Amino acid sequence: MDVNSSITDRPFPGEVHPTAGGGILVTKLDEVINWARSNSLWPLVFGTSCCAIEMMSTAAAKYDWSRFGFEVARATPRQADVIIIAGTIVNKMAPVLKRLYDQMPDPKYVIAMGACATSGGPFFYNTYSVVKGADHVIPVDVYVAGCPPRPEALLHALITLQEKIKNGTR
Amino acid sequence: MNPEELKKQLGALLPSTTFEEGGEWVTIAIDPAGWAETARQLRSTGGLDFDYLFCVTAVDWKTHFTMVYHLTSIVHRHTLVVKIKLNRENPEIATVADIWRTAEFHEREAYDLMGVVFIGHPDLRRLFMTDDWQGWPLRKDYEDPVNMIKL
Repeated sequence: MDVNSSITDRPFPGEVHPTAGGGILVTKLDEVINWARSNSLWPLVFGTSCCAIEMMSTAAAKYDWSRFGFEVARATPRQADVIIIAGTIVNKMAPVLKRLYDQMPDPKYVIAMGACATSGGPFFYNTYSVVKGADHVIPVDVYVAGCPPRPEALLHALITLQEKIKNGTR
Repeated sequence: MNPEELKKQLGALLPSTTFEEGGEWVTIAIDPAGWAETARQLRSTGGLDFDYLFCVTAVDWKTHFTMVYHLTSIVHRHTLVVKIKLNRENPEIATVADIWRTAEFHEREAYDLMGVVFIGHPDLRRLFMTDDWQGWPLRKDYEDPVNMIKL
């Protein structure tokens, strides 16, 4: 999907007209709200297998997702905006994932990171315990390929999510 | 104790036992009958003192099961692997939960996923699967049309 649009190319969705002693802002409220939301997405601390290691790497100094507004990883779903499903979801974990998602306040976003969260991945065949894709449990906004995906791929997914929010498609 | 000394003492303690070669550790193959008594001896015989059971494994070979017990001695720093062949139709073996307490959970896991019955176990219930689960999911011939997509 091509998420690039004229809105996301601009740093701020609106025009500032300078006047003596201040300025006048011309914009649309929806766009400003989306702009604010997209630049401050707080992820939930959630990882069920090796993808979580790559997610931690993405958060750490070398890749540093705080450059894009993701630094405040929350340990409670009640303060989180986005859940990155970093790992395999098994049948026993599915109700827990659903509960976490339900406890997150709106607006909330979901990234399925890696093959397991996307489709069950290496556990698609001949496995009694694995959910074949996290989207059987909760709706997913962005899927990331890889097993596990590199930090660059996760960053791309996070930026893709930001663009989806900014241009109002999510 | 080095492996040769360990083999010598085990040979004296268990005359009918056979040693398997090629592994990292000293490996013996024994019969399920008398396993509880042998285990007790391995733990309490001076010089052996296998006071730590660090792994219990059940292997499905399709024709039979093999139970694998990894024992080590904290005192002497030697390790022993015990392999016991079980028949596949009625896999039963004496528990060692009263000798090594850690076996209580290890044996529950082997029971849960492979269906090996441990005679004398104090609390032989399913561990990971739900209590009403039917079948033994890690057996090679396990079928689950609801959750499993066969390739």
